[in-house]
Amino acid sequence: MEHVTQHSDPHFDQEASKLGMWLFIFTELLLFGGLFIVYSIYRFLNPESFQLASHELNPVIGAINTIILLVSSMTIAMSTSALQKKNKGLTVLLLEITIMLALIFLINKYFEWGVKFEHGIWPGSSHLVNDMSKGEILFFGLYFVMTGLHALHIIVGMIIIIVALRRVQKGTVNPDRPSLLENAGLYWHLVDLIWIFLFPLFYLIH
Amino acid sequence: MQTATPVPHDVSYLDYQGKYKGIFAWIFSTDHKRIALLYLYSMMTMFTVGVLLGLAMKLELIAPGRTIMGPQTYNSLFTVHGVIMIFMIVIPGLPAVFGNFMLPIMIGAKDVAFPRINLMSWYFYVAGAFLVLASVLFGNGTPDTGWTFYAPYSFKTGTNLLPAIFGAFILGFSSILTGLNFIVTIHRMRAPGMTWFKMPLFPWSLYGTAWIQLLATPVVGITLVLVALERIFGIGVFDPALGGDPVLYQHLFWIYSHPAVYVMILPAMGAISEIIPTFSQKHIFGYKAIIASTLAIAFVGYFVWGHHMFTSGMSGTAQYTFSVLTFLVAIPSAIKVFNWISTMHKASINPDIPFLWAISFIFVFMIGGFSGLVLGALATNVYVHDTAFVVAHFHFIVFGGVGFSFFGAIHYWFPKMFGRMYDKVWAKVGWAFFFVGFLTLYSPMFYLGMMGMPRRYYDYLPEFHAANILSSLGSWVMTFGLLIIVINLFRSAKNGAIAPMNPWNGKTLEWTVPSPPPVENYEEIPVYGEKDGPYEY
Repeated sequence: MEHVTQHSDPHFDQEASKLGMWLFIFTELLLFGGLFIVYSIYRFLNPESFQLASHELNPVIGAINTIILLVSSMTIAMSTSALQKKNKGLTVLLLEITIMLALIFLINKYFEWGVKFEHGIWPGSSHLVNDMSKGEILFFGLYFVMTGLHALHIIVGMIIIIVALRRVQKGTVNPDRPSLLENAGLYWHLVDLIWIFLFPLFYLIH
Repeated sequence: MQTATPVPHDVSYLDYQGKYKGIFAWIFSTDHKRIALLYLYSMMTMFTVGVLLGLAMKLELIAPGRTIMGPQTYNSLFTVHGVIMIFMIVIPGLPAVFGNFMLPIMIGAKDVAFPRINLMSWYFYVAGAFLVLASVLFGNGTPDTGWTFYAPYSFKTGTNLLPAIFGAFILGFSSILTGLNFIVTIHRMRAPGMTWFKMPLFPWSLYGTAWIQLLATPVVGITLVLVALERIFGIGVFDPALGGDPVLYQHLFWIYSHPAVYVMILPAMGAISEIIPTFSQKHIFGYKAIIASTLAIAFVGYFVWGHHMFTSGMSGTAQYTFSVLTFLVAIPSAIKVFNWISTMHKASINPDIPFLWAISFIFVFMIGGFSGLVLGALATNVYVHDTAFVVAHFHFIVFGGVGFSFFGAIHYWFPKMFGRMYDKVWAKVGWAFFFVGFLTLYSPMFYLGMMGMPRRYYDYLPEFHAANILSSLGSWVMTFGLLIIVINLFRSAKNGAIAPMNPWNGKTLEWTVPSPPPVENYEEIPVYGEKDGPYEY
């Protein structure tokens, strides 16, 4: 988040700001990396249950959400080039579209989790603990943790994009000083990238 | 931070009057030097708590059976002692205090790359510390899992563990932000002409440390989150009743927490690498070898976590591999020791206080290191696993390594930081008590462990009594020394003789700025010429 705090510093250094963001992205990847390790170990130990449990998820909604995130990644990338071309109006519009897409993703996620809850599936629910195999318990435990943590990152990403949007409107993020917007874009691509791995792991592999 | 008037260069950072007054001039300051002192004072507060807990444990162990507390209290004491000492003192210790203060000055910069993030990381530190203390003071019982939070007990215990876990998580975040800041600072803000291989060794060690902080901390972060979620929701990943594997917790925990040992020791070695050439008045021997061994330790340190788990259930192949890799770490550590000794060879040594701390560091570090080889070897490890031997080993390495280096560093840089000199006689007396007390406190534990006394019990068999009395006596001597050191430094910070710009005749850049340094360190950024270097005596 250095871009948020850094922008009015007299000794401002665009390169430093970007380097800092890349390092922060490393840490995010390792954070999820720990979860991916846990997932692969338990998948290896319980292949049948994981396959069985994954049928509970709806790959169509998953695919729609994947497309939504991919498009949002595109719009935020386009907003960066719009800023470079000094087209402020288009930059703002594209950022608004990105935020809308993120919101739609979250709404989809809300309904998806809602369906699970209706089926009596949540961490520690009696249906899950008493009626399902250990592999299925682990699958859903990881499903809620990993998609939940990812949703949290979507929310943080949205906040960063909103900040970037307001700074573009105010003119403090401008073609000469685009690093806040660029860093918001980098962060958003990271959020997108993690989903690209979550989607096949939970919805597609059978 | 946009100030209309330029910051005056003749005002020291201690006297500078900015926008805010009183305490706010400190807790809202983005000056790396003030943040360093904020860290120093908050760490001293936590360190006092940690030392008192340690003293209480040693008092309990002065006689077999119940002396002053029961088993549950004892379990809580070693847990909180461990959490405070590891997460709040030795991991952030040297980077947050001396790294923050000296790194920008030593590389010829006016501040770190992200001053506000720097301040934010101190806020995180304080928040984490409060959360850990909250777990002690509120809720139903102080955490009793040990600082490692091992599953499945960490989500079975009825004690107030959640605040401690979140506290550790937030402290990790603070550590990540400091590391990130240092890497960017070193990459972007070195003085013109200061190439990588002209950078002093303390910044180099901070660079290696920062990468470990950055790449290892997130893994323990997510692991602690999983334990918290396990406690709140019962997700099952570490709960054998729900299909999870507690040993997996140990793996994930040590994937971070072993590299964290190198987060502790690398900057400690870095400070020693500054003190020794200054007091030998000689170019450091094997400058590049020290850098290479720093990076080698940082790298190999990632692959040795399994040596904490030789008795937890691992395949033979995994055990051999981790054992061999553990032995590999000893090589770069030994290279550093050889380099320090060779630097002293035929030098006209000035045996002043920082130097005394440095050579006693080498002494205790070697004892700690060699006992580490006993633990790294499979056969002996199984024999002494979870005994007092392990406690002795890691106190020699962690407290001996970081503690001696920290006190060496503070006596070395104190004149620069506060602009005053401490009383050298009292400093020597304090060091002597501390050193003798340290050895008396921890050496008997090697013997006790070899004889089979397990760690983490409030009680022991009668035959261990004599050595335990000795160890408890040592704890009082050491604390007495500690008191002398701290009181001496506190008094000198106010009333000591005014320190010159370069009291030790050091050649690194921090000795070219006034003591205490002005707000922006340099009026003009220094330039390193072709022949300049950090150790050209």
